[in-house]
Amino acid sequence: MKRQLLPYLLLLALGLVLPFFVYPVLVMKVLCLALFACAFNLLLGYTGLLSFGHAAFFGTAAYVAGHAIKQWGLPTELGLLAGTAAAALLGWAVGSLAIRRTGIYFAMVTLALAQMVYFIFLQAPFTGGEDGLQGVPRGKLLGLVDLSNDLNLYYFVLGIFVFAFWLIYRTINSPFGQILKGIRENEPRAISLGYDVAKYKLLAFVLSATLAGLAGATKMLVFKFATLTDAHWHGSGEVVLMTILGGMGTVFGPLVGSAVIVVLQNELADKVGSLVTVIMGSIFVICVLLFRRGIVGEIAALYRRMLGQKT
Amino acid sequence: MSEIFGIPIQAFLGQLMLGLVNGSFYAMLSLGLAVIFGMLNIINFAHGALYMMGALLAWMGLNYLGLGYWQSLLLAPLVVGLFGVAIERIMLQWLYKLDHLYGLLLTFGLALVVEGLFTNAYGVSGQPYSIPEEISGAFNLGFMFLPKYRAWVICASLAVCFCTWFVIEKTRLGAYLRAATENPKLTQAFGINVPLMVMLTYGFGAALAGFAGVLAAPAMQVSPLMGSNLIIVVFAVVVIGGMGSILGSILTGLGLGVIEGLTKVFYPEASATVVFIIMAIVLMLRPAGLFGKEK
Repeated sequence: MKRQLLPYLLLLALGLVLPFFVYPVLVMKVLCLALFACAFNLLLGYTGLLSFGHAAFFGTAAYVAGHAIKQWGLPTELGLLAGTAAAALLGWAVGSLAIRRTGIYFAMVTLALAQMVYFIFLQAPFTGGEDGLQGVPRGKLLGLVDLSNDLNLYYFVLGIFVFAFWLIYRTINSPFGQILKGIRENEPRAISLGYDVAKYKLLAFVLSATLAGLAGATKMLVFKFATLTDAHWHGSGEVVLMTILGGMGTVFGPLVGSAVIVVLQNELADKVGSLVTVIMGSIFVICVLLFRRGIVGEIAALYRRMLGQKT
Repeated sequence: MSEIFGIPIQAFLGQLMLGLVNGSFYAMLSLGLAVIFGMLNIINFAHGALYMMGALLAWMGLNYLGLGYWQSLLLAPLVVGLFGVAIERIMLQWLYKLDHLYGLLLTFGLALVVEGLFTNAYGVSGQPYSIPEEISGAFNLGFMFLPKYRAWVICASLAVCFCTWFVIEKTRLGAYLRAATENPKLTQAFGINVPLMVMLTYGFGAALAGFAGVLAAPAMQVSPLMGSNLIIVVFAVVVIGGMGSILGSILTGLGLGVIEGLTKVFYPEASATVVFIIMAIVLMLRPAGLFGKEK
């Protein structure tokens, strides 16, 4: 048990000291997108549902949280909660429609519904259209801690991430998580065992959408704005890429994948311009053709093979 | 009788025509998706990129090689089709044994690559492509002016869709194709080269998308991003129609184009979302799609 805990503690220690070595805002971006990818992985990796519309939840939460903090003057933490709740609600609506189809159709339905949400944001007055929602104040945590300081905000974001990561970990390792894996492996069998599969899928979908929303709201707080980019289908594709690159169905995969992608984008943005899309697409193709287990999945497989040879 | 439901009849008929034009593109693209899905069990996310490729190849042909519209209409789909064949041989053929989702992911990555390359070369703004002289101008039908090019797009796409339907449903080749869709192993045992047919099917679907792209070039702005937004609407069309029948895809595509056009007349704010709303309603009432079969 203790040995299992070790990697988590090491990661936490790394998270605590990292802002002293790396620009905190970059690490916060990684954390937000990692949370997004972890939430997505709960659905793809553990339930076997490929949603191609997760950016809708990310973007909705960002807009609602931004609007609540800026226009209604809600305190920061309540604003984040409002955004997350909006994502949960949207997740319920989209989820109950999408689970009526499976497989490829599920992906297409989620993509189409997310595009609808995108168009609504494009036209709705409160989102500021193409300009986005700018200048959202970060405010104070519980009225005490000033979040406009990057380091203070960093530990707040890290706290949110650790909480959500723990929640996902608990979900995966609960009886509920086992049933989700059962549905992924063999849906007809889960039905024949008497599980109400639709209900489990919907619950997993809502949970995933909620946490994706939490990630979106937090990212809005870090950058102080919400834009249409957050809700665009490119974002939905990116979160799929992060999860697959890192390794779907692994606990750490999404974390590794999002770190790689965010750092890569950060490094390449001013060097290659619009070729970034080409590089992202190529990584996608290479992952699907050659590394379907992802980085973490491949390492785990290698590790198991080495253990197998020793004994 | 110059108004209908309080809308000038000219505007009404104009939007109806535009809707039919858009519907023809939906029909051609969703037909290609359905044919590819039937054989390869892959949803071709790159379909929008292939469509864009067709349009941009026509534009490049005109500006670099001096190729006219009619030559492009023949050559561009050929090039896009060959590109499709290459993709199938190099990449897609390794995925047939896996979960269908990998095909979607791979073609998504391909779409990003193709779009990114063209964006890098030509920027995101649209390039104009003029209507060929023979079919510029308009017919005067007495009650409205019908731009000749729109009429041509509708006729050409209907003809292509009809030919596709005819080949698949009424010819020997089509019978092989349907057999291979139904049971590839057994069909191969009868001595039919199924992998070759799969390859040609993907090439044909790609060529169809390229053809639609060339048709679209004079009607819309030619831009590297013209395919990606369209393909999402086409996905919704496919979900609404179901991919079970070829005629179903064609009818759904045309019908939704018309509905979208009419929405522009009566309630313009919803014209971008109406297809998705219809999709949601269809999912609630008939999850398998209008022409789909519940499995």
